[in-house]
Amino acid sequence: MTVLSLTVFLPLAAGLALAATPRLTGRTAVRAWIAVAALDLALVIAMWIGHDGGGLGYETRLRWIPSVRAGYHVGVDGLSLPLMAMTSVLFLCCAVYSLRLTHRVRAFAALFLFLQTVCLGLFAALDLLLFFVFFDLSIVGMYFVIAYWGHGDHARSALKFFLYTFFGSLVLLLGFIGLYLGSDPPTFDMVELTRAPPLDGSPGLAALVLLAIGIGLAVKTPAVPFHTWLPPAHTDAPAAGSAILAGVLLKMGTYGLVRIAMPMLPEAWRRYAGVFIVIGVVSVLYGALVALAQRNLKRLIAYTSVNHMGYIVLAVGAAGLARDAAAGRLAVTGAVTQMVSHGLITGALFLLSGVLYDRARTYDLDRFGGIAARAPLYAGLVAVAAFASLGLPGLSGFIAEFQIFAGTIGTGTATAAVAGALAVPGILITAALFLRVLHRAFLGPPGELTGGVGDVHPAELWAVVPLLVLSLVIGVVPRFLLDVIEPASAAVLSLVSR
Amino acid sequence: MMRENPADLAPELCVLAGAVLGLLTGIFLPRARQWIAAVICAAALVAGLAFTVIASRRPDLMAFGAFAVDPLTHLTRGVVLGATVLVLGLAAGPLRGHARETEFSVLILLAALGTVTLGASSDLLVLVAAYLLASIPGYALAGFGKDAPGTEAALKYYLMGAFMGIFMLAGVTLLYGLGRATSYEPLRQGLAAAPGAAVTVGTVALLAGLLFKAGAVPAHYWIPDVTEGAPPVVAAFVTTVPKIGAFTALFRLAAEALPSTVDRPSLIATIATVTMTLGNLAAFGQDNVRRLLAYSTISQAGYLLVPVAMAGRAALAEPALLFYLAAYAVTNLGAFAIVVAAGRDTIAAYTGLARRSPALALALAVCLLGLVGTPPTAVFVGKLLMFGSALQGGYAWLAVVAALNSVASVFYYLRWIVPAFGGPSGPPVTLHRGAQAVAYTAATASLALGVAGGIALTV
Repeated sequence: MTVLSLTVFLPLAAGLALAATPRLTGRTAVRAWIAVAALDLALVIAMWIGHDGGGLGYETRLRWIPSVRAGYHVGVDGLSLPLMAMTSVLFLCCAVYSLRLTHRVRAFAALFLFLQTVCLGLFAALDLLLFFVFFDLSIVGMYFVIAYWGHGDHARSALKFFLYTFFGSLVLLLGFIGLYLGSDPPTFDMVELTRAPPLDGSPGLAALVLLAIGIGLAVKTPAVPFHTWLPPAHTDAPAAGSAILAGVLLKMGTYGLVRIAMPMLPEAWRRYAGVFIVIGVVSVLYGALVALAQRNLKRLIAYTSVNHMGYIVLAVGAAGLARDAAAGRLAVTGAVTQMVSHGLITGALFLLSGVLYDRARTYDLDRFGGIAARAPLYAGLVAVAAFASLGLPGLSGFIAEFQIFAGTIGTGTATAAVAGALAVPGILITAALFLRVLHRAFLGPPGELTGGVGDVHPAELWAVVPLLVLSLVIGVVPRFLLDVIEPASAAVLSLVSR
Repeated sequence: MMRENPADLAPELCVLAGAVLGLLTGIFLPRARQWIAAVICAAALVAGLAFTVIASRRPDLMAFGAFAVDPLTHLTRGVVLGATVLVLGLAAGPLRGHARETEFSVLILLAALGTVTLGASSDLLVLVAAYLLASIPGYALAGFGKDAPGTEAALKYYLMGAFMGIFMLAGVTLLYGLGRATSYEPLRQGLAAAPGAAVTVGTVALLAGLLFKAGAVPAHYWIPDVTEGAPPVVAAFVTTVPKIGAFTALFRLAAEALPSTVDRPSLIATIATVTMTLGNLAAFGQDNVRRLLAYSTISQAGYLLVPVAMAGRAALAEPALLFYLAAYAVTNLGAFAIVVAAGRDTIAAYTGLARRSPALALALAVCLLGLVGTPPTAVFVGKLLMFGSALQGGYAWLAVVAALNSVASVFYYLRWIVPAFGGPSGPPVTLHRGAQAVAYTAATASLALGVAGGIALTV
């Protein structure tokens, strides 16, 4: 068993062990969970250190369904490694945050460990079927998290989430089968499909397959108009569930665009790049505007996710049009950096919104005010996370969005330049809405429910601080991250422009 | 290669011998020791399985000019016999000491024998005989409880079966008249020259009988009533085993007997669409888990018809059908085993099942999510191949319809899973040991078949 397979399946094994030990107390279960998550993070860091720049590392290839040439094929490169690291960090933080959980703790820990395997496996998968298996299982796992640990109208939100994203995943599966049938010889292996793009020379079929894959991934991302499952799912999920849903699960959609759609259907991608650009711009603006109108803190963060994921879709669309290779590379690098950055920042924001719910049992911003006076540490953390989210220089969001805009506008085509210019107000609106949140709920006279909001507990503090510190580190010294991403994004761009 | 060697039918002969021997033994045994007859029947099935494995290592052949021994038959034999062993295991608890325990096992064996023959026959006359052999024990089994719902179920089952059987006979007569042969190969050549409209009428009439066995629209009306009215073990059997033979028979007919003058793919694709959609829509409102499973089996029959429609058009059609059949059999039996183990029929009675028996609740989740087609369960691989065959055969719309139906089916399966893991514990239920074991076996097999699907496919 290689390091990568161990990293992927260690959490699952630990989760099964937890599920099979009924005598364990909740607190011990969470401690075991933290230990396993920390160990897994250490393994990912070890892989990061051992990874030698370009190309695939830590590959494993086993036969699975040989008659359709699908296998257990995993490996990491500059696209997957940062996302796996972000995933491990976020899961560890969720484990720490869950120290204060009281309701069915052991099952919660087991389910999250299962989800961690699923998320890591998806980013490591180099076979379309394996990718799909993890893609689909993430839906099942998250469904149970929302349905059993959620609040509000959680059963309904969870069902909506399941039906909507399951529909997306089946459309995606049809697209994968299209890729399989279009390749010669038929295979599900991503490396082979990337080497010899399927459906070369039948543009009509390639467009249909891209449509299927695009819809499947857009539902997960979610891009407007496929985003309607997101706000209720986030609002009613538990804080740690929201953090994983927004931080990791949404990335599966955009990662799929970069990993599968772009290199495997380069011709179709270039032809329809404009569609992705339009969807990206609409997501950016629509997400920001709707977020501006929210009174519910969690819904607001959920819509800013639509906005932030929109930048990624915009960037990868623009990369398809790129005449200037350097600008295209910059856009793709920015997109991947944004995936990591958004995972850290939104994860922190959702955990922080969980603190508010824990104290006051509501997310309604109108009923708060002057929290900063009662809970200065909490207010400080929210402020840092909000500034990171709105793209303040010195934090990771700025690095990501700057590259996205520079790359998009610099591609040398009028469409991309106009789209980039249109998307810039998105940043402005996001800044306005976060400042308004800080102004209303955290400053000024105390609100109706402010009295109940005590400051953060150590578990909450130590769950959020690492995320914000990492965002700061990426914002100040981004080289360690960009050095890993850049060779991979250069490879993607050369694949898409062949 | 034409042969007339009875040894080629060793698995079938084992089952027949087991049925006869079991019946004779049962006559002389006191009621408390009737289980011996059941053990004889199970041993016969296991012996049949062993012969199946041996036969599958040899080259394909045609026995007696009417009984094909090829991969389709091997799989039919393996899945039917294996599923029947599980059903006997499921019956061990509820039927222990029953006045007609032996008769139950013998009827099950005879129905299984008919099913295998149905799937292997490559001659219309053998097909009809197999149809009767597979059906008649089923009617008796449906009324096995001798209670009002069981009697109603048996009567509906019988009337529907007899009615569809007459259609089937008429179809066979017509096709024989048109093609001047009953054996598939000459029949195909004969039919190619016959008038297309008449062949189509004959085909539709012939399909009626097989669709009845498969539980597809429009011959599906018996399924909900039999599933709810008959004893649960019988319901598990009649919604699983006869279907296997029916689908292989349909596939064989489509691939080997029907000429291209009939627009078979469109015909069967339409039936498939209606079947899966109707099954899913009807399952939405069910509060009785057995009725829910009944409609779920109808929708599964719709998915299974997709590779049948693509027979001869797509290379993936045959592996898709074979794998899906095995996956469906094991998963559906697992779901029914949970119903038998819990002994409850309403969804509400499953509330809080996870608190009483986490393992059984987990098996329920595995089996039901398996029926949805969630990876890494066996039905996922089956569905994948099924979608693949539809796309390969140029029926993309059929794949889309099947995908939409799969999404819709999530809704009613979740209605059953969710309360099982949440909510307060319901009234205490005694769980049957044997049925639990069958449920765990089936759930594990469903997972194993999905994870190690490749090995199963290459065999």
